[in-house]
Amino acid sequence: MEFKEKLLDSHLAFEERIDLSDAIHQTRLESLKTFEQKGFPSRKDEAWKYTSLNAMVLKDYALFPQTETTIQLKKVKKYFLYEIDTYKVVFIDGVYSPFLSDTTHDGLDVCLMSAALSKAKYRSLIDTYFNKIINKEDSLTALNTAYAQEGAYVYIPKSVVAEKPIEIIHFSTGKEKALWLQPRNLIVVDQNAQVQILERHQSLKEHVVVTNSVTEIYAHQDAFVDYYKIQNDLSTASLIDNTYISQEKKSNVRVHTFSLGGKLTRNNLNFCLNGQHCHSTLKGVTLLEDQQHVDHYTLVDHASPKCESHQDYKGVFSEGSKGVFNGKIHVDQLAQKTNAFQQNNNILLDDKATVNTKPQLEIFADDVKCSHGCTVGQMDEDALFYMRSRGIPKKEAKALMTYAFANNVLESVELPILKKRINKLIAKKLGVNLGFDL
Amino acid sequence: MGYTEEELKKELETKEYEYGFYTEIDSETFPVGLNEEVVRRISKKKKEPEWMIQWRLKAYEAWKKMEEPEWANVQYSKPDYQAISYYSAPKKKDQYKSLDEVDPELLKTFDKLGISIDEQKKLAGVALDIVMDSVSVATTFKETLAEKGIIFCSISEAIQKHPDLVKKYIGTVIPIQDNYFAALNAAVFSDGSFCYIPKGVRCPMELSTYFRINQAGTGQFERTLVIADKSSYVSYLEGCTAPSRDENQLHAAVVELVALDDAEIKYSTVQNWFPGDKNGKGGVYNFVTKRGICHKNSKISWTQVETGSAVTWKYPSCILKGDNSIGEFYSIALTNNYQQADTGTKMVHLGKNTKSTIISKGISAGKSQNSYRGLVQVHPRAINARNFSQCDSLLMGNQCGAHTFPYIEAKNKTAQIEHEATTSKIGEDQIFYCNQRGIDPEKAIALVVNGFSKEVLNKLPMEFAVEAQKLLEISLEGSVG
Repeated sequence: MEFKEKLLDSHLAFEERIDLSDAIHQTRLESLKTFEQKGFPSRKDEAWKYTSLNAMVLKDYALFPQTETTIQLKKVKKYFLYEIDTYKVVFIDGVYSPFLSDTTHDGLDVCLMSAALSKAKYRSLIDTYFNKIINKEDSLTALNTAYAQEGAYVYIPKSVVAEKPIEIIHFSTGKEKALWLQPRNLIVVDQNAQVQILERHQSLKEHVVVTNSVTEIYAHQDAFVDYYKIQNDLSTASLIDNTYISQEKKSNVRVHTFSLGGKLTRNNLNFCLNGQHCHSTLKGVTLLEDQQHVDHYTLVDHASPKCESHQDYKGVFSEGSKGVFNGKIHVDQLAQKTNAFQQNNNILLDDKATVNTKPQLEIFADDVKCSHGCTVGQMDEDALFYMRSRGIPKKEAKALMTYAFANNVLESVELPILKKRINKLIAKKLGVNLGFDL
Repeated sequence: MGYTEEELKKELETKEYEYGFYTEIDSETFPVGLNEEVVRRISKKKKEPEWMIQWRLKAYEAWKKMEEPEWANVQYSKPDYQAISYYSAPKKKDQYKSLDEVDPELLKTFDKLGISIDEQKKLAGVALDIVMDSVSVATTFKETLAEKGIIFCSISEAIQKHPDLVKKYIGTVIPIQDNYFAALNAAVFSDGSFCYIPKGVRCPMELSTYFRINQAGTGQFERTLVIADKSSYVSYLEGCTAPSRDENQLHAAVVELVALDDAEIKYSTVQNWFPGDKNGKGGVYNFVTKRGICHKNSKISWTQVETGSAVTWKYPSCILKGDNSIGEFYSIALTNNYQQADTGTKMVHLGKNTKSTIISKGISAGKSQNSYRGLVQVHPRAINARNFSQCDSLLMGNQCGAHTFPYIEAKNKTAQIEHEATTSKIGEDQIFYCNQRGIDPEKAIALVVNGFSKEVLNKLPMEFAVEAQKLLEISLEGSVG
């Protein structure tokens, strides 16, 4: 495995370029060791049973882009929520772009991970939060930690409501033939604070790019975090997203994932509910075609009593696309009065499309309400016939059915402008123009 | 209230295993250990033909290269395969012609088990094959069955008398290198049942096998092969018990079902191996491989009630190879004290218009862990495959666990798959409702559990349903969560 060697060898060079505190340096080295021992996951690992990284890691990638690149705003404007004012943290080929970004330190921190890691005033925060809730056994997370340097850093102080949504966008320009990116985000939402965040990875040219991203989110007591992941990349881009969320008492975290494109997308979404009365929402819409592959791997760990979690993933798969859903609800012995729900519905439109789904429950407490449901099926022929007999063309009828199918997820998007955008994206994907907003 | 939850719990814990007696029967046991020589000796003992010896040796070679699987959600200290005796048989000189010749001690054992062979013969109309310490000791109703052309005998007898049939089908559903325990079984199985239903015959009575481990330090490895020829029907029952012992005994059986075109096999199991005492000491390791293959328009239905064993690892499966074939799986798995069960099914849809139904009910009490693990696989050519799965878990007490691991793999767009699972405890309001009407808590729980498992109990043949219901009640008296 040559690329693994390269990753191990380049680490020294990587660390030499940056001047950082010793604590992080140690963490990096330990993580590198973990990665060295574990290597890339293979299909023999139960968690990677249906997703193979073999082809991906056989290639060679550039780890450090050569030069700084600038892009004109008008070229990429459409990827932003330009209709409204937002904070923006933008990276081009892994390098921060001050020109496209709009950061702040006014009342709340929306800035760079590299700044947070190197400046003394952030030191205690980094010590408290950095690399604390990740799965130390996960090799890809360890790899990211070993190279942790750039990404977004967000801190919302006590009782502050972020007035504008925050956009974290990674562009890749295709200057390198093949690029391996490892952004690292840290989001801390203090007591009673609120924030909405949007994350997007976008390549601007058809070229090979793999993003191995890690995001840590801390939601303190009564905090509210609304997180959206838009995955509508080109068919050459792959994404491995590792998100770790820790929730305290009465906090509410919602994560919506829209997987509409990309070669291979793996979403590892981990929730840990540490306080009572937490609310967690995990929802996703997957709409695939071609040879695309999306793997949702969720874990909700109910470690405290009286929490509620809700999962709802919808998938529509056409052509040779492949969908995987692997959801796990773990209810600790202490976590009485847990209410956990998990649903995964899939529609297969093509004979070559595949769905593998594995919704799991692991329950150690008796006074709980836990259920899951999962289906694989087709569109209702009768409903299609009904619409067509009333003059709605087949394509539109199918699109309507798809909307209805995904509506549970779509309607819970709380940013109206984003909702509109996603609806448009889906309409475009389905090749229709429905004359109404959903 | 006079009867508190604590008392109920205590009573439940101290409830002893009813079948935990040991019978003094002269038996012949091999020294412990496993090597090529032992495999040969078993084969020789059974007077098997050369091809069978080769088959066994091949399995042994395969087994040596395999590793014991660890993926199941159970924890146990692995048995030492060199510390087990692989052959133990009640001593006998010749084949019994009638029951009068059977060792009276043995008959007493069966009486204690509640199987009176005589009575069964006269009243119940169940043909019975009894396997004790891996050797078949009595087969009843042989002649009646023979008139219809049905072959029902021990597998070692079948190997000698019907070698063509055995050779044709053995190992076809579960290949010798299928998994660790199946390979071990193929190498050392000492007996089991064999059943063949000829074309167009509907077996007039329930066929039944009763397994019992008696001797200490032995493992039981029986192999069952059921073949239903075209358009035939058979209902097959299987029951098991073992004496209470401190050590862990190993039971690694293999069951193969072959349903040819238009045939139907109904296979019911009431598994009540010794589960270990209330501290989790002793008990049987039940590592069983069961699989059936369905040809055109045929149907295989598995029904199981699992209340025993310290560790259970069992996935009765259906390979729906033929078009329009049907697979069914109904299961109740009950775990108490320190029992662990990882059980479920596999439905592999290969043919067109194949259907499968999975109903699994898990009940965990005490400090037990109960897992459902199932696979529904729809292959690209399986047009219009249909599956419905439902697994419900009931938790009693806050120290047990219930887990669900369903795997669903769909590779055909016409597949329709539904899966749903719930986990809950017995509602206090349900108990309250019963109490109000003068039903004590203990009975109320039995009532709720019965209702919970009714869908499965209903699928059992009459005689077994009664036994199963009783078993559930014994294991579950009073566990208000």
